[in-house]
Amino acid sequence: MATAEHGDLLSQGGANLRRRRRVDRIMRGSAVAAALVAVAILVIVVASVAIKGASQLSISFLVKDPVQTLQGVGGGIANAIVGSAVVVAFAAAMALPFGVLVAIYLTEFSNHSTARAIRLVLDLLNGMPSIVIAVFCYGLIVESEGHQSGFAASIALAIIMIPLIARTTSEMLTLVPRDLRDASYALGISRWRTIIGIVLPSALGGILTGAVLAIARAAGETAPMLLLSSVYGNNTTVSIFSGAVPNIPFDIYQDSESAVPALHAVAWGAALVLVVIILAGNLGARTMLARQRRKMTAR
Amino acid sequence: MDESTELGEAATAPLMAPLEVAAPAADVSSREVVFELRDVDIFYGETLAVSHVNMKIHKNVITAMIGPSGCGKSTVLRSLNRMNDSIAGFRLGGEALYHGHDLYASGVDPVEVRRRIGMVFQRPNPFPKSIFDNIAWAPRLLGLKANLNERVEKALRGAALWDEIKDRLKQSALGLSGGQQQRLCIARAIAIEPDVLLLDEPASALDPISTAAIEELMHSLKSEYTLVIVTHNMQQAARVAERTAFFSLDVSDGRRKGVLVEYDDTDKLFTRPADKRTEDYVTGRFG
Repeated sequence: MATAEHGDLLSQGGANLRRRRRVDRIMRGSAVAAALVAVAILVIVVASVAIKGASQLSISFLVKDPVQTLQGVGGGIANAIVGSAVVVAFAAAMALPFGVLVAIYLTEFSNHSTARAIRLVLDLLNGMPSIVIAVFCYGLIVESEGHQSGFAASIALAIIMIPLIARTTSEMLTLVPRDLRDASYALGISRWRTIIGIVLPSALGGILTGAVLAIARAAGETAPMLLLSSVYGNNTTVSIFSGAVPNIPFDIYQDSESAVPALHAVAWGAALVLVVIILAGNLGARTMLARQRRKMTAR
Repeated sequence: MDESTELGEAATAPLMAPLEVAAPAADVSSREVVFELRDVDIFYGETLAVSHVNMKIHKNVITAMIGPSGCGKSTVLRSLNRMNDSIAGFRLGGEALYHGHDLYASGVDPVEVRRRIGMVFQRPNPFPKSIFDNIAWAPRLLGLKANLNERVEKALRGAALWDEIKDRLKQSALGLSGGQQQRLCIARAIAIEPDVLLLDEPASALDPISTAAIEELMHSLKSEYTLVIVTHNMQQAARVAERTAFFSLDVSDGRRKGVLVEYDDTDKLFTRPADKRTEDYVTGRFG
């Protein structure tokens, strides 16, 4: 009888157990499938850009300005590469010091409630749609100056970059161990000197990582370029204050909409260049970050 | 010399091996007073952490603060050079005088205080720089740029580290062993020529051989500096300090607060303590 009872229990357990096992398998399968889909999307995007744009890749594509003659189009996207570089570099020159200073205030000087408020503001700014930032800069700069400019685009990109840089820098600064600061204070060194001489250098790798990630993001932002730096010609120019500056994101947009089929291929080529920049930036940043972490925990 | 372990009415023999007690300094209490704590109470917010401390610390003497964990020894030590300022809610009642000047007066700059009263911490904390830069960094910033090489050498000699590392001054300080790093921290502290050196359990993270080296170092340092050391190791206090302060916890009125139980010449504290609590602690009955 005991065996019969136990048998019943086991068989009940059996049905229940089989159902639970099935649910478990389904959940695990779904999770794995979702991860694979995510990877697949990245692979498909990068692969199609690579395949469609590879035909354009050549040294002359990278170093020659576009040429449009009655015979057709040719040349390269050198003007856009240089223009993007100049605009992003100017944006970074503004966003980096500003973002680092905000992070220093956030981690070193602010009290708990102020810190929370600043973090909220940074998160909101981070979530602000880039078109909104672009319209803001349009009203502020382009309308008052009467013309587009690469400078206006730099301002918009800087606004986009600041919350990114501030957040990563702040996280890197809090990683610097407290006893390093204590050691400096105990030597009669002031707070600012401690930050500049000990804390910042220790966190430098991480800060640069954040900067690289922010730059990679800014290089691909299209909305600001659309509104602030879209009326330009075929020549390479670096004067960002006088007018629009050629840039890669707008090139991709314009060429892909063009009635000239040859320009579609140019758009793919430019997209490939952009993807390579983004991937290189992200992977480089991760390597730097890993090295920084190892240095910090080696003590 | 009456060093016999005579413990008043204690019936049982002391539970620890006979101490090597530091020879009592001749007339310590007649020396110049460096610190005077008058009725010092330390609060964290509303909580009274340490209560009613009265003690005088004398020049060129090693003073030890011993006692069980949590009784406020480190808190009192860190109050001597305003290192507790960054702790939220910290407040000091009473007077903490340094050469007669109130350390917590409103015009006092804590940076200047720490310039003269240095600190060595429990875990060695060298900067992630070269050995040379670890020592030279603060003097450079404080305007002591002349003869930097000599200053670094003198500091490293003073910390008994020069011979070991004179050939690798440009290497990272993080590559040194724990004991070497701690001696580097001591060298770094004395490189700016402070008046006082506070040591918060300086050898507790080190092996016995490094500990012995640090203790020997302290003996050689006291001729130039005033040293105050917090240690949870009674034998270390007995070996190193001329004066010892015993702190303990008082839970009498429902609140836990640290109190200074007894403060005397080391040999007297360990052999003929005046307070029963001291006697219980040094014989190992609690703690």
